[in-house]
Amino acid sequence: MECVFWLVLAAGFWLWPKHLALASHVLIAGLFALSYDLILGYAGILSLGHAAFFGLGAYAAGLLAQHGWGEPISGLLVAGVCAALAGLLTGFLVVRGQDLTRLMVTTAIGLLLFELANRLSGITGGVDGLLGVEMAPLLGAFRFDMYGRTAYGYCLAVTFVLFLGARRMVQSPFGWSLRGMRDNPGRMLALGYPVPRRLIAVYTVSAAMAGIAGALLAQTTQFVSIDVFSFNRSAEVMVMLIVGGAGVLYGGLVGAAVFTLAYHYLSSLNPVYWQFWLGAFLIAIVLFGRGGVLGACERVYRLLRERRREPASQP
Amino acid sequence: MTPALHTSGLGKHFGGIRAVTDVSLVLERGARHAIIGPNGAGKTTLINLLTGMLPPSEGDVFLDGDRVTSMRPDQRVKYGLARTFQINNLFPDLTVMQSVLLAVCEQRGVGIDPWRPVWSRGTEIAAARAVLRLLRLDGAEDVEVRQLAYGDQRLVEIALALACRPRVLLLDEPAAGVPKGESQALFRAIAGLPDDVTVLFVEHDMDIVFRFAQRITVLVSGAILKEGAPEDIARDPLVKQVYLGNRS
Amino acid sequence: MIASLLGVLFDGLAYGMLLFLISVGLSVTLGLMNFVNLAHGAFGMVGGYLCAAAIARWNVPFLAALPLAFGASALAGLVLERLLYRRFYRRSHLDQVLLTIGLTFMSIAVATFVFGPQQQALRLPEYLSGQFSLAGVDLNIYRMFLLAVGVVLTAALTLVLERTRFGAAVRAAVDNPRVAEALGIRVGLVFQIAFAAGCGLAGLGGALGVEVLGLDPGFPLKYMVYFLLVVAVGGTSTLKGPLYAALLLGVADVAGKYYIPQVGAFIIYAVMVILLILRPQGLVSR
Repeated sequence: MECVFWLVLAAGFWLWPKHLALASHVLIAGLFALSYDLILGYAGILSLGHAAFFGLGAYAAGLLAQHGWGEPISGLLVAGVCAALAGLLTGFLVVRGQDLTRLMVTTAIGLLLFELANRLSGITGGVDGLLGVEMAPLLGAFRFDMYGRTAYGYCLAVTFVLFLGARRMVQSPFGWSLRGMRDNPGRMLALGYPVPRRLIAVYTVSAAMAGIAGALLAQTTQFVSIDVFSFNRSAEVMVMLIVGGAGVLYGGLVGAAVFTLAYHYLSSLNPVYWQFWLGAFLIAIVLFGRGGVLGACERVYRLLRERRREPASQP
Repeated sequence: MTPALHTSGLGKHFGGIRAVTDVSLVLERGARHAIIGPNGAGKTTLINLLTGMLPPSEGDVFLDGDRVTSMRPDQRVKYGLARTFQINNLFPDLTVMQSVLLAVCEQRGVGIDPWRPVWSRGTEIAAARAVLRLLRLDGAEDVEVRQLAYGDQRLVEIALALACRPRVLLLDEPAAGVPKGESQALFRAIAGLPDDVTVLFVEHDMDIVFRFAQRITVLVSGAILKEGAPEDIARDPLVKQVYLGNRS
Repeated sequence: MIASLLGVLFDGLAYGMLLFLISVGLSVTLGLMNFVNLAHGAFGMVGGYLCAAAIARWNVPFLAALPLAFGASALAGLVLERLLYRRFYRRSHLDQVLLTIGLTFMSIAVATFVFGPQQQALRLPEYLSGQFSLAGVDLNIYRMFLLAVGVVLTAALTLVLERTRFGAAVRAAVDNPRVAEALGIRVGLVFQIAFAAGCGLAGLGGALGVEVLGLDPGFPLKYMVYFLLVVAVGGTSTLKGPLYAALLLGVADVAGKYYIPQVGAFIIYAVMVILLILRPQGLVSR
């Protein structure tokens, strides 16, 4: 089942050749949402400022390229390290305190970076954005072309690799412990787990992943503007994850696809309408749609299985 | 021989309220020691002081002669002190096996492993099964904790603590909330605790206290009223007056 | 030098008082029902827009428009509580965040649609505009008004909380809702009233704040961090905590922007970080 998913994505070169740029955006959003799933879906850390790491990664890669270092993969790694460092530093503030404090701290950090990027428009290009981001060919051979083919393959490969890593992590003892810390941190402490430390660890990993997603955006679109730090982006990744289903890894990818495609096709409408219906949709999900798209799929699947098991009981 | 657990002049006050005063306990290795006392006597505060959830206002806690007073709760667990909770404090959505595995993995130092899947860890799974077998929970391995009877959940509480391979086990009112019909399993579990584990239990249920305790400490208003063998405690007029009432 | 210091202090306190008035409802919501209401700023926005509209379109005098703002926001709070919020008291904080963010987005969209994305201008009455000279310091009359209103309302709130039966019920319910219920206090009803009052105060604060904080459809999100900060640092079990936090925040923000304009906006973030490191449980712990 999972293999089908990735094979379909790999076949994207032939399935949607005219929309590869959009597909790359979906993958980038999916990676971002995946990183967010690790802290929200698995570790239960409520954050409304995850865009901080996305933005840091984007600017790290963008600035690197702007100053002459256009090699993509090393740029990606640098971005990941920068974001990870930020995650480590801010993680200390985030893991202590309850939900409200975490919301406040993460929102504040996101806003702080947005403001900082705005002020330092000499470096960041401010609202107009970073220009002159020139990427060298990927692996020395694949140029970033106009049709987005290299970009798509690049995004797909990176997302796939990181997804595999995340998958192993959530099935490992560390991954299991995240769920324990989400559901009952007091008990985990009484079992010998140094809860704050482990939470900082997953926060750092998640920050690195978000940073890499941001770097992918910078490298494939060859442009970065300060809205990578915006509150809207942090709120959107939360929506994406909830729409797809939190705590199941694929939820982030599915939700990102649904959201990005919806936004792409509906954004031509009045942005006020978009925001209104997004809000309404969010309320509807939280009222009726437990577990998002994947949760609904699971319920339908279970329902079908039960129907098939007892056909005789149908009058 | 160094006592497994001992405290010296342990005390805790919140502003003007003295919750625990000058408590000095000595538990030899393998002891079965009970703390009894009326409600509000400071038993829960004492447990929180021992486990490290509360920093003491004065005094120290020692495990096997080593001062652990400045250790965090999770550090004390790694040092050999595990506890159960008075009200079930479990992971309702996990199965029994998953819950115990969480404890076993961390105890064996693999809790931080982010790569190998849990189900491939044969040693840990076997260790978890051993704990479950000891408590006769091995049949309920794959049952979600929330679906267990309260008495069985109480056993999972103990299983979690035992999985930490403690030298000292603190049982906080293990019989609390357990219906009479399910208490046999609990008695069996407590009786079956390994001999080299020192057990300190706080209890209201006198059945358990007199059945298992070798020594009893009576705590009243945060201070030790009396300490001694069960027969002496049962006969002591002061204890009877303060706590046991008219029971003999 | 002293004159500007006093001026900054004065402005900062007025600003802080405003933040307190708006945030106190959020503190109550969190303390009483453990409900994270990120849409709290939206109630402030409702009050602000209603006040501005009442003055501009229906020629209601400023002082009369203020209670209108209070009432409208309180009513909105009451309605939303019955329809939506009530179902979420036992749900996770994540669900509450999703609900209230959804409401916030909707409110921003409606405000943009009805009033447009620009800043609202509010015509202050003559007697509240201008400066007032006291011992060489120029004090803005409106800010003096804000301080006065704030002090009066805070005193009133304290009185209600400490001298009335309702206040006692609120305090009991915050302390231990289960026991309060067992004692016969109808915690649900207490909360409804407290929540409506909190929303009303937010609306009043929003209306009072149009001149100082500005008002545009982005208000709920723009100031959300400030309200969260006041409650996270001030705590939810006292009235004094959020008050001190708000005043501190107000003075720090104004002082920062005045003395070091380059980094002024970041002062509150620095203050937040320091406070969190020093006192993770809030400024005034029980």
